[in-house]
Amino acid sequence: MCEISGFNILSPELHLIIILMKYTIFNEKHKAAGAKMVEFAGFEMPVEYSGVTNEHINVREKVGLFDVSHMGEFWIKGDMARDLVQKITSNDVDKLEPGKIQYSCFPNGKGGIVDDLLVYKYEKNKYLLVVNASNMEKDWAWVKECNTMNAEIENASDDISQVAVQGPMAVNLLQKLTDTDLSNIPYYSFKTAKLGGIDEVIISNTGYTGAGGFELYFYSSEGNAIWDKIMEAGKEFGILPAGLASRDTLRLEMGFCLYGNEINDTTSPLEAGLGWITKFTENNNFIDKEFLLKQKEAGLKRKLVGFEMIDRGIPRQHYTVVNAANEEIGEVTSGTMSPMLKKGIGMAYVKSEYALTGREIFISVRNKDLKAQIVKLPFYKAV
Amino acid sequence: MNFPQNLKYTKDHEWLKIDGDSAFIGITEFAVSELGDIVFIEIETQGETLAQGDTFGSVEAVKTVSDLFMPVGGEILEVNPTLEDTPELVNSSPYDEGWLVKIKIENSDELNGLLSADDYKSIVG
Repeated sequence: MCEISGFNILSPELHLIIILMKYTIFNEKHKAAGAKMVEFAGFEMPVEYSGVTNEHINVREKVGLFDVSHMGEFWIKGDMARDLVQKITSNDVDKLEPGKIQYSCFPNGKGGIVDDLLVYKYEKNKYLLVVNASNMEKDWAWVKECNTMNAEIENASDDISQVAVQGPMAVNLLQKLTDTDLSNIPYYSFKTAKLGGIDEVIISNTGYTGAGGFELYFYSSEGNAIWDKIMEAGKEFGILPAGLASRDTLRLEMGFCLYGNEINDTTSPLEAGLGWITKFTENNNFIDKEFLLKQKEAGLKRKLVGFEMIDRGIPRQHYTVVNAANEEIGEVTSGTMSPMLKKGIGMAYVKSEYALTGREIFISVRNKDLKAQIVKLPFYKAV
Repeated sequence: MNFPQNLKYTKDHEWLKIDGDSAFIGITEFAVSELGDIVFIEIETQGETLAQGDTFGSVEAVKTVSDLFMPVGGEILEVNPTLEDTPELVNSSPYDEGWLVKIKIENSDELNGLLSADDYKSIVG
C-alpha cells in the first residue's frame, strides 16, 4: 500500500492491470447479457452467459455467437510477402489459392511452436495471418525478427474485431444479412462483402467448434451494431451468445489443439499430430524444416492422443498418464466432461509405443488411477 | 439470491438441514453460481463415519474440482442417488433435489459453530 494525497492506492500490480486491461467493442453487450467476465490474454472477455453446457449444446444443435475480437491479425504484403509467410509457417503457402485459408503454425527455430494460426491469401502479394490473442505480442516480435527480406508487415490487431457465428443454423442466419451467396464459400475459403450493413466484412468459412458456421472480421470502428443485428436475425433460429468456456469444450470435442495446452514452445508439430500442416516439399523452406525432418525420420518419442474415460471421472490438464504397471507414460494436456457424449474426454502426450487406438491407459485423477482408452479424433461427430 | 432461513451454513458454502439426529447436506446457491455447470459429483464415503472438516467427496464443474467437507462429524447414511446421472440437479435445485448426502449427526454440540442464514448471507453478500 502507498498513500498519495490522502488516497489509498491499491497495490502497484493491481493498478497496472487496471491500466492495461483491454476491452473488445462488444464489452457492454456481454455485460448487458449477464455474462460472467474474466481476464483472458489481457482482455476482459465473457466466459459464459447462460451456462457452458447450455451454450455448448446450442452451438451443436442451433447457433451461437462468440466474440473473438481478442484474436490478433497481421497483414503481410508486397513482393516479399510470399517468401516471408513461407519461411515462418510450416504449411506450404504455395498451395494456397487466393480466397483460400490454411491452418498452419510458426515453428520456433528450436523444434517447438511459437503459435498456431490461420493464413488468408487475398492475392499474390497480400496475406492476413490470424494468431492467438495470448501470443499476439510474442508472435509480432517473431514475425519482425524473421522478416529479413523486408516484406511489408502491419499489426492490425487493435483495428480489427471478430465474431464467430457457429452451428448448423449459422449459414441461414447470416444469409439474411448479406447478398453474397454463402453457399458459394466452401470450408476454409473466404469472401469480402457487405454484411449487416458493414462494408468489407471478411466472411470466412472457418471456426473452432466443428459445428459449421462462419467467422467474420471487420474494422472495429464500424462493427458495433453487428452484434445486435446477428442476435436479432438469429432469434428465429434460437441463437444464444456463447463464451470462452463453451468455445473450449467445443474445440476439445473435436480434438483441436489449443496453444498453451496441446502445443507450446517445447512441443513439436509432428508430436502434436500436426504433420498434415508440416510440409517437407522442396519449395517450402521453413524454419525448423531440417530439424523436423530429422525428427520424423528418427521416429517420435511421444505423440498427442485423444482418450475417453472408461471409469467415471474427468481428466484435467497436467494429470499423469500411467500404464497398468503404474509407470508414468505421459501427461494430460486438456480434459473435460463432454457435453454431447456425457463422459470424460481428454488429450494427452504419451510415449509413442502407447499411442495406438483402442489401447487402455490410466489417468491419475487425484488419488486414483482411472481406466481410459485411446480413441480416434474427433471425439464427437455431427450426424 | 436465496438463503433459506431453516438451514445452517458453513463458510465453505455448504448447507445443513437438520432432521432429528440426522441431517441433509448440500452446497449453497452462491457456491453453485460461482462454480457454474456442475458436471460430476463423486461421493464414495457411504457408510463411513467422518469427523467435522473431513472430505466426503468432490464436486466438479467444467473448469474446477472442489472438495466437499463435513460441516459436522457423523456417518454418511445416504448419497443422493439421482446425482450420478443428473449432477445438474445441484445447479437447478441446490437446496432441495440437489442435496448431496444424508448423515447421522455424531455430536450435536458441533452444530453450534454453524452459521445462520443471515450470518452466511453477510459473508457472501
